[in-house]
Amino acid sequence: MTIKKDKVDVVLVGFGWTGAIMAQELTEEGLQVLALERGPMQDTPTDAKYPKVIDELAYSVRGKLYQDLSTETVTVRHKTGDLAVPYRQHGSFLLGNGVGGAGFHWNGMTFRNLPEELRLYSNTVERYGKKFMPEDMTLQDHGVTYEELEPYYSQFEYVCGTSGTAGVLNGARQAGGNPFEGSRSKAYPTPALKYVYGESLVEKAALAAGMHPYPLPASNASEPYTNPYGVRLGPCNFCGFCEHYGCYMYSKASPQTTIMPALMKKPNFELRTRAHVLKVLMDNQAKKATGVLYVDSQGREVEQPADLVILCAYQMHNVRLLLLSGIGKPYDPQSGEGVVGKNYAYQMNGGVSVLLKKGTYLNPFIGAGASGVVWDDFNGDQFDHGPHGFIGGATTKHARAGGRPIKQSAIAPGTPKWGSGWKAGMQEGYQRILNIGLSGSVMPYRDSYLDLDPTYRDAYGMPLLRMTFDWHDNEFDMLKFVGDKAELVAKELNPEKMWSSIRKKGSHYDVRPYQTTHNTGGAIMGTNPKNSVVNRFLQCWDVSNVFVQGASAFPYNMGYNPTGLVGALTYWSVHAIRTQYLKNPGPLVQA
Amino acid sequence: MEKNIEPRRGFLRRMIAVVPASSLAAGAAVTQVACTSDGANTPLSSAHAGTTNAKYSPSYLNDAEWAFVVAAVDILIPKDEIGPGAVEAGVPEFIDRQLEMPWGHGKLWYMQGPFHPEVVPQLGYQHNMTPRDMYRHGVADCDAWCKTNHDGKTFAELDKKLQDEILHQLDESKIELPNIPAKLFFNQVLANAREGFLADPIYGGNKGMVGWKMIGFPGARADFMDWVDQPNKPYPFGPVSINGERG
Ligand SMILES: Cc1cc2nc3c(=O)[nH]c(=O)nc-3n(C[C@H](O)[C@H](O)[C@H](O)COP(=O)(O)OP(=O)(O)OC[C@H]3O[C@@H](n4cnc5c(N)ncnc54)[C@H](O)[C@@H]3O)c2cc1C
Ligand code: SF4
Repeated sequence: MTIKKDKVDVVLVGFGWTGAIMAQELTEEGLQVLALERGPMQDTPTDAKYPKVIDELAYSVRGKLYQDLSTETVTVRHKTGDLAVPYRQHGSFLLGNGVGGAGFHWNGMTFRNLPEELRLYSNTVERYGKKFMPEDMTLQDHGVTYEELEPYYSQFEYVCGTSGTAGVLNGARQAGGNPFEGSRSKAYPTPALKYVYGESLVEKAALAAGMHPYPLPASNASEPYTNPYGVRLGPCNFCGFCEHYGCYMYSKASPQTTIMPALMKKPNFELRTRAHVLKVLMDNQAKKATGVLYVDSQGREVEQPADLVILCAYQMHNVRLLLLSGIGKPYDPQSGEGVVGKNYAYQMNGGVSVLLKKGTYLNPFIGAGASGVVWDDFNGDQFDHGPHGFIGGATTKHARAGGRPIKQSAIAPGTPKWGSGWKAGMQEGYQRILNIGLSGSVMPYRDSYLDLDPTYRDAYGMPLLRMTFDWHDNEFDMLKFVGDKAELVAKELNPEKMWSSIRKKGSHYDVRPYQTTHNTGGAIMGTNPKNSVVNRFLQCWDVSNVFVQGASAFPYNMGYNPTGLVGALTYWSVHAIRTQYLKNPGPLVQA
Repeated sequence: MEKNIEPRRGFLRRMIAVVPASSLAAGAAVTQVACTSDGANTPLSSAHAGTTNAKYSPSYLNDAEWAFVVAAVDILIPKDEIGPGAVEAGVPEFIDRQLEMPWGHGKLWYMQGPFHPEVVPQLGYQHNMTPRDMYRHGVADCDAWCKTNHDGKTFAELDKKLQDEILHQLDESKIELPNIPAKLFFNQVLANAREGFLADPIYGGNKGMVGWKMIGFPGARADFMDWVDQPNKPYPFGPVSINGERG
């Protein structure tokens, strides 16, 4: 029998970055807010304790903080008609779990979009004409502009204590920052992290090759900092155990280090862990959500009534919950109709590596999750795409997250896989190999989407999410082009050896090696219900008391890491809820 | 700013200094002979390491499997002029202990069927075997193959040159095993050998932190506040482990 709980004003599904922001802001309105998180409680003193947390095997290799795939995963196939099979082991992307979500163990790279990226469809049509776009590309604008989002990007950065160097401040170019960025109303809250040795070398090489390098914006605080919620962060000590780990120094921004100390004290907030939401409950007409159904820590089904339901469960889980709840029309790749599951996209990465000369000491173990030098010369629409015939671009960077021996040591090509040769190669490569990485945008296509799997189920008996995705020529061309430019920088380093890893046309998406946890789309935002699941305030077109936060809203995947935009959109959305929706519950945009 | 940092750093240093004595003593009881409680500070001699491994009695691996693993990892990461190898580092112990963990039981993976191992490799692991199964089938199959093809001898009984050749053949799928794809088995052993050589010693491998010393990784120090801006200088401190051993 289902247990029925007392009604709350707001129920949040998932308690990662988006859930924490929503909770903090909506409790300010005096609302009773309940967050349901499927995973366990996690906090710095218990789950990021030194020296216990400095354990590569437990965290990076076995994935102590990741989603338990034995309970729930996705299935993957390359194209419609293929058999989709489960993503049985963590590889390509690492889903978060537990309080703080992936925000507890992310790197902290915190970018803003280039202004043109939020209107990439319109920008491309204006600059190159409609014909420039491949026919099967389903690109569209976000429906919100950089200017509108600017204050919310700032708000997120100030909560995170993001360190960086402004490139354009109130319209004025600043030395040392990214000259291509949109104008900011405020400088970064903390100065940029110092460059580690490799980064200084790459900065010099990039300048010599004519690029415009700037310090990677890092939510790894560079100095002691108190955020607007009154929460204090400590300075990052470049411990090298950042992504996949909680930060024992209280330096990496996470819900734990930036929001929870303020939030958890509030009497009108409740966080219930080990509460796995199965679906959103709907009224008879399927016009309004009445709450959610979840399974509690004892395996009991619980109905939680609420006036407002906000999905904060991460991109994939948001889409799956919409499909399981029957909210919105599922996307049909044949007809191109329906929207839920549409425009799933990933990122295409690659890189150039160099072996520096003998006697170089990179000391690769000195690193931070978001420590790096980056340039945007071939990102977004900052160069003329006309002659090259592709849309999009990539950020190019040298980032040094650490030098953890199992997963972050590198060997030069041609080194034996084992034996004394391997040992020698490891020894040689550890201090002298440096990588310049590319993080490339991926456009949406008619045949890249998410739906429910017909065969495989999770531990609760619910169908898994099925991902249909493969690479397209546009992205192969993009990466080749930006990869060639990265080689120009690599050459400036005068390496002993140099090699690049750029995907070849015709190769397929591979779930085995880690690439990024930057999955986007499936519940995309837009300007009308025909082309999007949520409106520009991330409110469901079909069910006005359901909002969907996170990168599921992105109509395509940019070259930047997503969380800057995810954070900005969450603040933008909650601002609209606070100032408009609560006064007059109902659609914020007329369809 | 410096003032704010110092107390914390002092605290960390104290932690590193305090943890070792107690936990080293506890760990020593299992794996080390009493008279070498200070052994972690000196490079391991292979004789000493040999004693260490002899003391460990495997929990999951049976005698034949243990012999196979010891022989195989000795080829994969040998003792040579660079330094100790996988056997001296305790990698067989590491593997046995890992196989007793949830990971070894396949509990970290989605293991519901139907299974479709025939799909393209880019879709990832699709077998129904747990790591425990992989070792059980892999060693039995490989030993059987060795006996048939090499005068009734198991893998561990062959000479090193032949063992090396056989590992290459497994890696290149040139040998067909009845119960497990040869390459899958090989990759598992190789991955675990590297993990055991480079993971924190709390898991039974990387004894004396020999894997870390090989590349110059300082282990659980994880505090480089004052080394960020010392470019291109050799880092002067040896590794420490989670339990506070120093190398
Ligand atoms: C290793 C790693 C490194 C990363 N580094 C960066 C980076 O440097 N820069 C960057 O921009 N981004 C990075 N990311 C991505 C970043 O972590 C995400 O963009 C961000 O955390 C998304 O926030 P979210 O609130 O949407 O989801 P999450 O933080 O994932 O939180 C979602 C929460 O919902 C819970 N949940 C899911 N389903 C249910 C359910 N049915 N019922 C109840 N609860 C549920 C989950 O357990 C989880 O806690 C990284 C991610 C990973 C994994
Ligand atoms: S690198 Fe810095 S921010 Fe990251 S975990 Fe270590 S101290 Fe924290």
